[in-house]
Amino acid sequence: MKTNEFDVIIIGGGITGAGTQRDCAMRGLRTLLIERSDIATGATGRNHGLLHSGARYAVNDPESAEECIKENMILRQIASHCVEETDGLFITLPEDDLGYQKTFVDACRRAGIDAEIIDPDLARRLEPSVNPELIGAVKVPDGSVDPFRLCAANMLDAKLHGGQVRLHTEVTGFIKEGDTIVGVHTRNVQTGEEADYFAPVTVNACGIWGQHIASMAGVRIGMFPAKGALLIFAHRVNNMVINRCRKPSNADILVPGDTVCVIGTTSTRIPFEECDNVSVLPDEVDLLITEGAKLSPSLSSTRILRAYAGVRPLVSADDDPTGRNISRGIVCLDHEVRDGLKGLVTITGGKLMTYRLMAEQATDLVCRKLDIAKACETATTPLPGSEEKSYESVAQKIWESPSTAQKAAAARLGTSASRIRTENRSEDALVCECEEVSLSEIGNALARLEVSTLTDLRRRTRVGMGTCQGGFCACRAAGILGQAHGCIERAREDLADFMQERWKGNFPIGWGDTLREAEYTQWIYKHVLGL
Amino acid sequence: MRFDTLIIGGGLAGLLAGISLQKAGRKTAIVSTGQNSLYFFSGTFESVEEPSERLRELLSECGIRVHYSPGVRFMPLGTFRDSALSLEDISLFPTPEIARKALIVNFAGYLDFFSSFISEGLSRHGASCRMVTLDMPELSRFHQNPDEMRSAQIARALDSNWEKVVKEVCVMLHDEDTVILPQVFGLQDAEIPEKIRRGIPARVIFTGTLPPSVPGIRTQMLLKRRYEVLGGTYLSGDEVVGAHLYEGTVHSVVTRNLEGHYLEAGHFILATGGYFSKGLKSNPFQVYEPLFGLDVDYSEDRNAWYAPSFAADQPYMNYGVKTDEHLHALLQGNPVSNLLVAGSVLGATHPELGSGAGLAIRSAFAAVDQILKASPDQA
Repeated sequence: MKTNEFDVIIIGGGITGAGTQRDCAMRGLRTLLIERSDIATGATGRNHGLLHSGARYAVNDPESAEECIKENMILRQIASHCVEETDGLFITLPEDDLGYQKTFVDACRRAGIDAEIIDPDLARRLEPSVNPELIGAVKVPDGSVDPFRLCAANMLDAKLHGGQVRLHTEVTGFIKEGDTIVGVHTRNVQTGEEADYFAPVTVNACGIWGQHIASMAGVRIGMFPAKGALLIFAHRVNNMVINRCRKPSNADILVPGDTVCVIGTTSTRIPFEECDNVSVLPDEVDLLITEGAKLSPSLSSTRILRAYAGVRPLVSADDDPTGRNISRGIVCLDHEVRDGLKGLVTITGGKLMTYRLMAEQATDLVCRKLDIAKACETATTPLPGSEEKSYESVAQKIWESPSTAQKAAAARLGTSASRIRTENRSEDALVCECEEVSLSEIGNALARLEVSTLTDLRRRTRVGMGTCQGGFCACRAAGILGQAHGCIERAREDLADFMQERWKGNFPIGWGDTLREAEYTQWIYKHVLGL
Repeated sequence: MRFDTLIIGGGLAGLLAGISLQKAGRKTAIVSTGQNSLYFFSGTFESVEEPSERLRELLSECGIRVHYSPGVRFMPLGTFRDSALSLEDISLFPTPEIARKALIVNFAGYLDFFSSFISEGLSRHGASCRMVTLDMPELSRFHQNPDEMRSAQIARALDSNWEKVVKEVCVMLHDEDTVILPQVFGLQDAEIPEKIRRGIPARVIFTGTLPPSVPGIRTQMLLKRRYEVLGGTYLSGDEVVGAHLYEGTVHSVVTRNLEGHYLEAGHFILATGGYFSKGLKSNPFQVYEPLFGLDVDYSEDRNAWYAPSFAADQPYMNYGVKTDEHLHALLQGNPVSNLLVAGSVLGATHPELGSGAGLAIRSAFAAVDQILKASPDQA
């Protein structure tokens, strides 16, 4: 067997690609995943991190709502170390129509979502940060999910089932035999190295970039790039997800996650050329703050950590200029049936919440093509790290009396945290103080989680995601990474790229403490460290 | 309480002004919040080359040892920058070819010193490097807490154990002509770096670490000690929270700790620093000076505050309090006759005064000269 031959090639290292690789690998296929950048760099890592109950879609898109609540319940079981079960509120403010509440709750119940109207007083007690002026509240099983962790855990499990992963590798073209795709040409974007890989089926799981991949294969998919801008606040203001009980609109979801909370989103159609480099505009920042403060007034005086934006991979259905009315439904295309092109499957549309179902549908199609009968088991098999439910108990089992950093590691890695147990105290040294990431946890990421740049490391460990935004930890981590890879020259460039990437999310919200921190960091890097 | 001059801000600009005025026989006080930019001082006085006689004398009487020679200095990430007036800890070189064979020494578990960057930087200029770590029992207690292995803690422990470091380094040294050590020596005693140099039979280059800066803390301490020896009143850990102005002059200020007392003075110097030190503050709509509401030179278009490139010169860093040509602060377009401005709170409103430490020094001296000129008869 040649090393460049597989049963299935998956293009795209977002959550859909990672989930599809895991599913294929669990059904016994030899899999290769190719990603031109790092895991979770597209829409996967650029959203609220909301574990949707589906309630938001219940009125307008009951099909998506049903998918959401089913997957919600599954993820609580199989991805417990990536999920926080916070519950959510849909609040009605004086300016909203309280009549909508009934329509909303009825639709939720039809979709199987446990939506319960509660007294505004109870809502204020359950979630003290909520706008006290609310006149109505509905409690739903929303939660939060860490998409980086989820993506890394899927990829890790695929690898444990024999899957191979090529990050920082881009597909430059398809290899065709007649009317069949039999493989891909690739190029490593860091080394320039080129390679061909072969498989009877290739899955296009590239989100918004799927249109480009499809056109490379000679088929057309009409995608609708809709940008959504979000803000991360430096404190966890709320403990429950807070939504507005009205038709979906701008900036009406506030999600707590780890030590922060996220408000979003806007929705704007953008040209395709902008998908690779979306930026957040001052108007969007102002709108997010104004609308966010209506959900939780204390947001107007809370420090903002970053602004960021993602692009929803919506598939065009009509001429809706905002993209809000396009179904968030799953689109799984068999290009043999649709376009007469064999060996290519596209899985797109959908949401972070339904990634597992998308993966299941794509894998079912792949298996039919390969004549494999094994059934999907991803709905019941926990991801690596999620074998235990509570991170507290995980930490207790690994360490006699876990420190806060060790608890944080257990929360990030679940049962996999046992791999970072150390003999030597100096390995407990903190590289990132804001997020409590230790030297040994970074060692674990370098050894097991496919890290080649500092930004990759951030997605896997949260290094540089805290209030200092890399001011201190970035050069510590760069030194460790450079030593591990034996290339310091690249580590220095990598450090510069990392700080640039942090700044990109900081300057749109550059005032108050953020500007203070920025002045400090920029001075240190230039005049003290000499970057 | 009444002073001849009250200085707001205890960083480099505030302390230099305070020492100069005390030497001229004036009764002064400094109100300092505690931390200031000396805590991340690289050891090099940005935008200063040969020191003026006045600066040389002042630093020397404080016990701050400086030197200057044209060329380059070596940076913690392995790069080189143009040299400028520097503390003696900092080595200055005519060219980047500074070593043939170098021994790079770090302490076990210390993450804020970047041996591998240093090694790569020196190798690029012809050096062959060997990296070693020193595991000292004196530092082992810092391993107990994962965030205690930081420069100031290490320096505190090494003030009395530096001779052991010398001994250990001598054992590890083979035929290297150069030894690189982290800049964590001489927190209390400015002589230690020089003593280490004399004890090791190779050229010793102290290279910077992540903040806090050990030479910076020492410099701050020496300046403050000198100021207090000269009779100055240093109100540490206090903060000016209010000011009283009458007819275009400042009458008094109020601090958090001395609530109910008016600190009156003939002159005031505002040396509160930039954004980090909270001399300047910002919100989505404006950059402002929080104590007096002084006029600030900035753009009303928030988009113009930033350069999208992290490494580029950032316009917001140039914003600062507006003054007249003699550094009198402007309030609604009019100079406040007894309020002088010095240091980073000026931003780049006076480019001729330089930036960083250079700006602090030149503007502090200029402010002092204005005050002495305005009231020559005192003392």
